[in-house]
Amino acid sequence: MGLATPSRFGAQSASDLTERLTGSSRDIKGRAVEWTLLSALLLTLLILVALVVNLVDRAWPILSGRLGDFLSSGIDASNAADAGVWQAIRGTLILAIIVAIVAFPLGIACAVYLEEYAGRSRVARLIRINVRNLAGVPSIVYGILGLTIFVKFAGGITGGRTVISGGLALSVLVLPVVIITTSEALRAVPRSIREGALGVGATQWETVRSHVLPSAAPGILTGTVLALSRAAGEAAPILLVGAVTGLLRTGNQSLWTQITEGGFTSMPVAIFSYARQTGADFQAVTGAASLILLVLVILINGLAIWLRNRFERNW
Amino acid sequence: MTSATGQWKVGDLRLSSGRRRSDQRMRALFTTAALTTLLITLLIIFILFRDAWTFFVDVPKGDLWNIGWFPRRGIFDVKTLIVGSFMVTGIAMLIAVPLGLGVAIYLSEFAKPGVRKVLKPIIEVLAGIPSVVLGYFAISFINPSIVTNLIGGANKAFNIASAGVAVGILTIPIIASVTEDALRAVPLALREASYGLGARRVPTVFRVVLPASISGVVAALILGVSRAIGETMVVAIAAGAVGGGLFSTDAFQPGQTMTAAMAALGFGSDQVAGDGLAFQSLFFIGFLLFVITLLLNLAGDRLVRRVREEY
Repeated sequence: MGLATPSRFGAQSASDLTERLTGSSRDIKGRAVEWTLLSALLLTLLILVALVVNLVDRAWPILSGRLGDFLSSGIDASNAADAGVWQAIRGTLILAIIVAIVAFPLGIACAVYLEEYAGRSRVARLIRINVRNLAGVPSIVYGILGLTIFVKFAGGITGGRTVISGGLALSVLVLPVVIITTSEALRAVPRSIREGALGVGATQWETVRSHVLPSAAPGILTGTVLALSRAAGEAAPILLVGAVTGLLRTGNQSLWTQITEGGFTSMPVAIFSYARQTGADFQAVTGAASLILLVLVILINGLAIWLRNRFERNW
Repeated sequence: MTSATGQWKVGDLRLSSGRRRSDQRMRALFTTAALTTLLITLLIIFILFRDAWTFFVDVPKGDLWNIGWFPRRGIFDVKTLIVGSFMVTGIAMLIAVPLGLGVAIYLSEFAKPGVRKVLKPIIEVLAGIPSVVLGYFAISFINPSIVTNLIGGANKAFNIASAGVAVGILTIPIIASVTEDALRAVPLALREASYGLGARRVPTVFRVVLPASISGVVAALILGVSRAIGETMVVAIAAGAVGGGLFSTDAFQPGQTMTAAMAALGFGSDQVAGDGLAFQSLFFIGFLLFVITLLLNLAGDRLVRRVREEY
């Protein structure tokens, strides 16, 4: 036998050799660790499932009995049988519209400055750190800001404790989210796209308007949608700004009344109000309202993820 | 030279004044928008500090370290709130750290690409759950079905422990996503070098990848703590003690945190009108909360940057 085959090591076949190299046993420790980590993941998923099942279970009397009535009835914290979420849904929609009008242009403009104009200047670095920190400021602090600035200081313009003040407070809250996601979208646009425009003599603004923003539009859209879902789920800031937690007495106030005299609410605020009531029938009301909000937020987030996947470009 | 000869003048290359003006106008607009964010921060600091300082000067100092938090009766024991916040945060981290790190390490190092593609968006859903919904989950499921069943003697409908567990659930996605980013920032070459030396997957993950991304993992924990301290609605719904509370270190009793105390002071039509000191305590607690989270966020942010710059 001239050749030095594995038999020199006493192994008869490739599989024997593999076994000798990897040790006689399987990688039991490795498997154990992998399963432990997997179980952490499964437990997290299980929590999500438990949350949904629990909500559906609690909300069942309303889902099966009076869903239509529940969706069209007003906030009523005195009688669970008549309680509904109509004003809350409407309030959330109005707040979302204000956020879209205020926070989106401002946030996108800030991101354009940071990515397209600022470069590596010291001011730009300061603003970047500042934005990342604003993203981590607890939401209730934005409530204090809203209360002091929009309700008290600028009360003459906003009307005080109105849906406008609430919307502005939420806009400030989601501004960092819009800025950070828009910045990422702008950064993903390759340099060559800008150089193409600048090379034929476009000004910086023309480059941004005709090349950079359209190329980054899907990413920006995803970010703004995520910001909307964040705004739709927040309660703490608008509680401080003065959303109504009990019964909205006037029932179906007009939009104009909400703007001029206050008295607005939103889905998260309604859930908070209902959660503070006692009794099994209010449990059902709270559960149903929570389920509706959860479905709403998941739908919005799903839309964002779909947009991201649908329009994602690899340059 | 004239254009008749077919040659260009330097002036022809200059922008028309209209295009230049609109370029400058947009530049000014974008700069203003960016400076607005600085203004927001300055306003937050100014507003909080102004009233917090007035409160601090006016309040009898003995009241700041007393027996409980009853702002409407002039008892402002800040210690009650801080200890409450720390208890909620501690319990939250007991839940969120193992689960968040486990999820991140599994998704980054063990999961097959197809599995990861399905599971990651589901974990992201968790990040989008509104905190009021988790607050309700705490009182309708976590407390009755888990906490009171597992812990003998725990029989309160509202308590710190269940609120802490729910806050922990909210914190899992943050810890998971920051950690996963850090792990994925570690270059493949490091893993390959480890495998090339004959190391198996587990030693590679725990002795090579994790140490290489340690500052990112620490950042994840810091940002998680910051998020847990700042969480308001879960605690306001599930921890009880709406108007005030006695000093307590029992996690299975109702308790008060900084955030919940602020919500209780600030919301509704009875917004502590009249009593100036109680209203100003809102700003004092807000200032404390802001400073604590600011320091944590700055530290976390620095560490996140460090991982990104290293590779």
